[in-house]
Parts: sequence; C-alpha cells; structure tokens
Amino acid sequence: MDIFDRRRFLKIAGVSLGAGALYSVAAPALGEGAAGRFMELLRKKNGERPTPFSFVQFSDTHVGFDGPADPLGTQAFERAVDMVNALPERPDLVLFTGDLTHDSEKPGEHADRMRLFKKIAGRLTVPFRVVPGEHDAALDGGTLFRDAFGETHYSFDHRGVHFIALDNVSLGKPAVGAAQLEWLRADLARFPRTAPIVVYTHRPLFDLRPDWEWFTSDGDQVLNALAPYENVTVLYGHIHREHEHTEGNATHYASRSLIFGFPDPEAAGKDAPRKPLPFDATRPFQNLGIRRVTERAPARPEVRTVDLTLREYSGTVGIQQILKEGDES
Amino acid sequence: MKTLRRLTLGAALAASLATLGPAAPASARDEQPRVVAIHAKRFAFEPKEIHLAKGEPVTLAVTSEDVTHGFFSRQFHVDEDLAPGKTVSIPLTPAEPGTYTVICDHYCGSGHGGMKMVIVVE
Repeated sequence: MDIFDRRRFLKIAGVSLGAGALYSVAAPALGEGAAGRFMELLRKKNGERPTPFSFVQFSDTHVGFDGPADPLGTQAFERAVDMVNALPERPDLVLFTGDLTHDSEKPGEHADRMRLFKKIAGRLTVPFRVVPGEHDAALDGGTLFRDAFGETHYSFDHRGVHFIALDNVSLGKPAVGAAQLEWLRADLARFPRTAPIVVYTHRPLFDLRPDWEWFTSDGDQVLNALAPYENVTVLYGHIHREHEHTEGNATHYASRSLIFGFPDPEAAGKDAPRKPLPFDATRPFQNLGIRRVTERAPARPEVRTVDLTLREYSGTVGIQQILKEGDES
Repeated sequence: MKTLRRLTLGAALAASLATLGPAAPASARDEQPRVVAIHAKRFAFEPKEIHLAKGEPVTLAVTSEDVTHGFFSRQFHVDEDLAPGKTVSIPLTPAEPGTYTVICDHYCGSGHGGMKMVIVVE
C-alpha cells in the first residue's frame, strides 16, 4: 500500500530575498509511484497536473519616488532584478503587487515613469506580471496603467496553479467593486475546491490597519468568494513590510517594498501616524532586507521549502501549503 | 416594519409641523442635531480636530473644495465619497469616549497618505 501524507505533497514555500519573496511550489521527496499517481489525480480534478516551480514577488517599486525616506530611487529595484537573474534555480515568473510607479501630475511624467519601470523590469530574464497600486491607477481610474500593461485584473493558469490578479485601487478607493467581484465569482466557478489558487493584489484584503488605509472595504466579499477553496494564497504589497495573516483557508503574505519601509502596525501605538522608516545611509537596504539573504541561508538562499502542515516557518516570510487534504474519490 | 416606519415618519412630520409656527417650543428646537462643518482640500481636513460629547447627536457637514475625497472611519462605520463642491451630511451619535481617526480613503494625490483628522469624544 502506498502511504504518503498528501498534506506534505505540494506546497508553496517562501523565503525573503530582500527582492520581495521567492515562492516555491514543490513536491517533497516521495516515492515516485505515489507522487505520480497523486499528480495524475490532481490533473483529473483540476485540469492540469501541478509541477514544481518557483516564482518571485516584487512590490512597491515606486519608480519616480524622490524623497528623504529613500534617496536611492530605483537602485533597490535594479539590484533586485540582477539578483533574480542570477538565481541558480530560475523562477518561472515574477509577480509585481502594485505601486510600480510613483504618480506625478506633471504632464507626461507619470507615463515616463511607467516606461522606466518597463525598461528596468524588462531586464528580467523571466516573464513578469503586474497589478496596479493606488500610485499607478487611482488618479485616472487606471487609464495610463491599461495603456502600459493591459487589464488591471485577470487570471491565468500556470503548471496547475490558478493565478488571479485583483485590482483594489483603480476605483480611487480601497475596493474591488461589484463588477470585479462578479468576474471573480465566475472565474472561480470552473475550479474544484482543491485547486491551488494564488491571488495577488496591492492592498490587504482584510482589516490590517484601517486608520492607515491598510484594508479593502469589500475584501470580505472577495474572501467569501474564495472561502470554499482549500488552497488559497494571497500575496499583497502596499504596507512596505512583511506580514502574515491566516483567515479560513487563505493565508495572506505581504512582501517588503523596493523603496522605504513602513513601521510595524501592531507595535505602533493606536494613534501613531503612518510614517516611513527613516533612511539610514550606512545601511541603505536594511528595510528591504537584502542583507538577510546571506544571513539566513548562505548556501541556497533562493529556495527554502518548509512543510506548512507542520506550521513551520522559514523565519522570514511565511510559507503556505497550497494543497491540503485531497479527495481521491 | 412598514407600519412602524410610517408611524415614525408620521411622528416626525407632526414634530416638524409643530416647529413651523413663529414661536416653536424650545424643546423642539433643541432636538435638531448640532451641525459641524468640515472642509476637505488636498491634503487636509479643516478643522483637523473636532470635539463631540458622548451621546450627543450631531450632523457632520463635509464639503470637498477641490477633488473627490473620502471620509472614512471604521469605528464610526462611516465611508463616504465627497464629490467636489457638494456637502455630504453624516449623522453621528458617538457612543464611547475616545480619540478616533478619520482618513481620506479616496486617493487624491501624492500627499493623500497624510490626509486625516481626529474626532475626540468626551
């Protein structure tokens, strides 16, 4: 009899790179026979056979930002691109979770910043996908963003994982809106509850700190739509720091930004303002975490697979098992 | 429910008619909520702080003077859009003393993140 723990079979692992986070969809060491049969089961149930791969999340590059909180402009972003291009295990794609650019009301300047973003991101040797942040799309309803990148929400499948890009900025407010919710429900309807789903968006879909505008007003409706699905990972940005939150079947991870950091919302006082962490010229990337790569795992910092079922963590960014109990019937 | 609503509306209408005379009773005048005017303009609310009494019904009359702003407080369950030039009336009866932050949650430009005000309930 093949005995294996399906909960250990397929998972997303993440490790802080400073350049956002690298997630790995991986199968642990199992007997090939058991692994093969279970993959075949998933192929029948989900329509595509999941195969191991990794991807990277970048967030909040804010191209065009010029202020004391980070006088280095795009340096962290460019460094992150170089870092990903140098990974010995090439990720399949990079997801950007919004605020690609810093907005400008000078004629033509925001469009120039979009072009600069595309130029830098275009140096990635792997494909990338984007969702807008409020600095990209809230002032003009997403017009400029769509011209540069296409639709602000969409979905696609990759190696058995369903990716959903959600726009919670272009209405001007922290909201997804009724039309997008309807689209989401229709998009999800074709999947079985076991389907591995990765949602990526800009703002948190839950009330992290509403008085800092760290919420999505109709995020509860998004989570209700996702609730029947057993393997949901939500990646977001906006808060310029790592954060992990589990609610129902979904685990939410925020990535660090590639510009200044923000303080810990839970450690800050109730009435504390949301102010960027001060820039330290002696440690210019400290809040972006680049130095943590070598501190954490110098041998193979790019992938660190930890079994979430056991509630173990890498210590830097959370890890989400994306396949829990399957139904073999 | 409908009957109750009609009765309530009827009572309100009667109370309203009672205040139309030249010498309306003082008690009827006192029932009108105090109106607190607030102005929104990139990137600040004016005033930045208001003080309300616990249990006192007030109407916040909020007007945007330039672009669309938001007026959001999770604690007060208030989430309003403020279109330019229009005054939005927000009824409010604070139940608990405390300091409450109201933010603009409609992105209005690069100073948007600091656009907020405080309601102090005493």
